[in-house]
Amino acid sequence: MTGVLPIALEEATKVVQALLLTGKEYVCIMRTHREQPEESIREALNLFEGVIWQRPPLRSSVARNLRKRTIYRSEYIEGNGKDFLFKTACEAGTYIRKLCYDIGEVLGCGAHMRELRRIRSGPFTEERLFTMLELVNAIDLWKVNQDESDLKRAIQPMETALGYVPKIYIRDSAVDALCHGAVLTVPGILRLDSDIERGTTVAVMTQKGEAVTISRTLLSCKEILAAEHGLAAKTLRVLMPRGTYPKNW
Amino acid sequence: MNPIPPWELKRELLVKDEEETLQEYGCPPEDYALTKRIKFGIINMDKPPGPTSHEVVAWVKKLLALDKAGHGGTLEFHEEIPR
Repeated sequence: MTGVLPIALEEATKVVQALLLTGKEYVCIMRTHREQPEESIREALNLFEGVIWQRPPLRSSVARNLRKRTIYRSEYIEGNGKDFLFKTACEAGTYIRKLCYDIGEVLGCGAHMRELRRIRSGPFTEERLFTMLELVNAIDLWKVNQDESDLKRAIQPMETALGYVPKIYIRDSAVDALCHGAVLTVPGILRLDSDIERGTTVAVMTQKGEAVTISRTLLSCKEILAAEHGLAAKTLRVLMPRGTYPKNW
Repeated sequence: MNPIPPWELKRELLVKDEEETLQEYGCPPEDYALTKRIKFGIINMDKPPGPTSHEVVAWVKKLLALDKAGHGGTLEFHEEIPR
């Protein structure tokens, strides 16, 4: 199992939960235990699109309760009768190994996952991937030659992880209160994403694009636009250190 | 109709009010210095086939002398099939 593994450093570990809301994408090689025509595999992949039920595998890191996961899309790529390559976009926590097993059950021949590569985790794709060797070299360059250019490229700001999380941009004067755990109120809001409903997990941002908090909205986008005052979002996690912006409260 | 993956959702940024931002406070994330990145950053690692996700995280933690590091979802082999 290889591919995209975003590693959050120190304080950035707080954004991982939000990152997980923005989906994953894999390429997988599945082996069927009897020869199968391409058409059957295509049909089986279609069958497992949408909301599916999965019980985590015997050896897994979570409780083995039946759970609901969304497969956004599965795309057949190629096959030779027994080994089939496909791409699948799904919600975090979907077991692709289990998907292969279940496809084998539907086909009646049995199947298992042979290889898996993650090609996306939210905004992170194969485009700016760093190998372990490249990271070691970047760290060496920094420590030995005081050249931080490669390491700076390897470590992306945590805001990158929030790329597909709905956002609310706020006034500078509202920032520090949130850093102290305050609830975001309507007058503090400048701009917001159109898909925000009540109860949406959002990233609250400064105008410069810095993440302030991960919050849960108490009002929808429409309600926020129409309101003049009131509580807009409850803070779940504070990301920005206190005192980054002036205290205005 | 299947649900749309988050990275293909079309959303619009709506304006409630406008205001200038103070130049003397904060900093756009793309300008974060290396020290700030080490504390508030993410490495998009290409996980090799050998070690587990946890082992890769532990290794990065040691390399950069971090107190804390975490990853966004295991990419495990060991986790399901021991060898």
